[in-house]
Amino acid sequence: MISNLAALPIVIPLIVGVLAALFHKKLKLVRVYAQVLTLINTGVVAYILFYVHQNGSVVLESGDWMAPFGIVLVADMLSMTLVLTTNIVAIACIFYAPKSLSQKQEEFYFYTFYFLLISGVSGAFITGDLFNLFVFFEVLLMASYGLIVLGGEKVQLRESMKYVLINLFSSMLFVTTIAFLYSVVGTVNMAQIAERVGEVEQTGILTTIGILLFFVFGTKAALFPLYYWLPKPYIAPNPVISALFGALLTKVGIYSLLRVFSLIFVHERDVTHEFFIWIAALTLIFGSIGALSTNNIKLVVAYNIIPAVGFMLIGIGVYNSTGFSGTVYYLVHDMIIKAALFLLVGAVAYLAGTSDLRKIRGLIHHYPLLGWMFFISAFVLAGIPPFSGFVGKLVLLQGAMEADRIIIAIIGLGSSLLILLSVIRIFIRGFWGEKDESITPNRNAARGFIMPVAFLLFFSVLLGVGAEWFYPSIESIGDYLMNPENYIESILKE
Amino acid sequence: MEIIMSILAGVLFTTGVYNLLQKQMLRIIIGTALISHGAHLFILTMGELKTGAPPILEDNIELYTDPLPQALILTSIVISFGVTSLLLVLAYRASKENGTDNMEKLRGNEND
Repeated sequence: MISNLAALPIVIPLIVGVLAALFHKKLKLVRVYAQVLTLINTGVVAYILFYVHQNGSVVLESGDWMAPFGIVLVADMLSMTLVLTTNIVAIACIFYAPKSLSQKQEEFYFYTFYFLLISGVSGAFITGDLFNLFVFFEVLLMASYGLIVLGGEKVQLRESMKYVLINLFSSMLFVTTIAFLYSVVGTVNMAQIAERVGEVEQTGILTTIGILLFFVFGTKAALFPLYYWLPKPYIAPNPVISALFGALLTKVGIYSLLRVFSLIFVHERDVTHEFFIWIAALTLIFGSIGALSTNNIKLVVAYNIIPAVGFMLIGIGVYNSTGFSGTVYYLVHDMIIKAALFLLVGAVAYLAGTSDLRKIRGLIHHYPLLGWMFFISAFVLAGIPPFSGFVGKLVLLQGAMEADRIIIAIIGLGSSLLILLSVIRIFIRGFWGEKDESITPNRNAARGFIMPVAFLLFFSVLLGVGAEWFYPSIESIGDYLMNPENYIESILKE
Repeated sequence: MEIIMSILAGVLFTTGVYNLLQKQMLRIIIGTALISHGAHLFILTMGELKTGAPPILEDNIELYTDPLPQALILTSIVISFGVTSLLLVLAYRASKENGTDNMEKLRGNEND
């Protein structure tokens, strides 16, 4: 009975989302409904995380098919931590949505797509089956296709074509890779794949499949050189949708990399993990240069997704438990802060009436609180103590140092400076400067924008200041990832 | 038989990629459809091809077909069917709204 807990974070949003479609035109009702049920879902997820923390992983063998034959759902500390973070981001977005979306966008199934997206993301985190991971990728991508064109403006339609095509292509590559893997190891259950790959000592063909899988997840996670599709489609839709995308979608890709390359393809690290370090370095450099290259404030934040993914890849590449803990910590931190930043620039663009940095000035005179919140989130993003970015980067770089990877640590630190510059530039030029008299301040709207962002920043600061409380759990996740036997045993029960 | 099927899947992939790199939207969509056909054929091939064998394992049956790839294909076909129909609608709306179906002309500018 208790193992059914693992399915709840997927099933609840799915049902809620479908039901929301039934009364999509009754805006007041559907808003309250979505807000209340997001909170309830978060409560359930928090309880599951607590349960997993106390009693160990919950494994659901769906339909009572025994582990390697049926689809398994695995709620372990890693997946539940990420699902909880997803839901925290979701809470902020759902309270921000009514202020930011037009009536038409809300009526045309925003809430349905939103819940399906949450369901797909949670599913991708929880599933223990490689093909099922593909299915959940498709669920979340389908929802994101719906969200990205919501409103149907010219720019959205133009960018969504590219977005759908690149994702469709990488999904097909994913299916092909699974077929390859199936023909070699004869299973799609991740635990059993890991076991069998270990038995044959990962021959050349398996390493090739591993690299192919890396390219699939690398496309979804926006790693160098596969990130070119990301920035523009991400800024085309409404800010709240951008926030959901920026916080969740690429992180599912990096989570999959973390899972696959800590569990399955770990025997030829000279090839795979060495390669990751270089890719991480290039991702960091090109992503942070990209963030400096533009005056569009939304594009600056969208480009900032890329170096963050590079940081997380360092932790996977160095392959030690400190590195893995760093990746997990950074994953949680980045989901929260990316959502906060997207929501903030969305608010700035809305209040200033433009997203061109050259036309925005002196906003702090009108909206002091918004300005200081932006200032704090810039510091969180760049990793200035005592905020969460600092702890994440510290642990990651510590992992890199333990593996004697000095160069990547230096590149990481250097790109942090560029990231700080790219975001603080928005603060200096957009918020400082002379008062812009042509703007009539809209304090009411600003207040609606501020609350959800403050909620997210609270968690960011908590993660940083309270690192002492959270870090032991994250550290145990790092150890858990270093010892894949635990994962395999909890599923195959041998 | 498996080799012929693999080559066929390869041919579908190449033609698909060729079409994907064209400028016209409809060609691109046909390209994605071809690629997904290639992928599906490939999964089927990977489970080994046997004629006339049932997809079940029982004690007295020696020759059986692996049922898993068939289940995987079915899922994958449904998904690519859905995505292709979505793409067609999207392409129709995008070309109408932007006044062109040439991807070359749909490059974005920063400040619009």
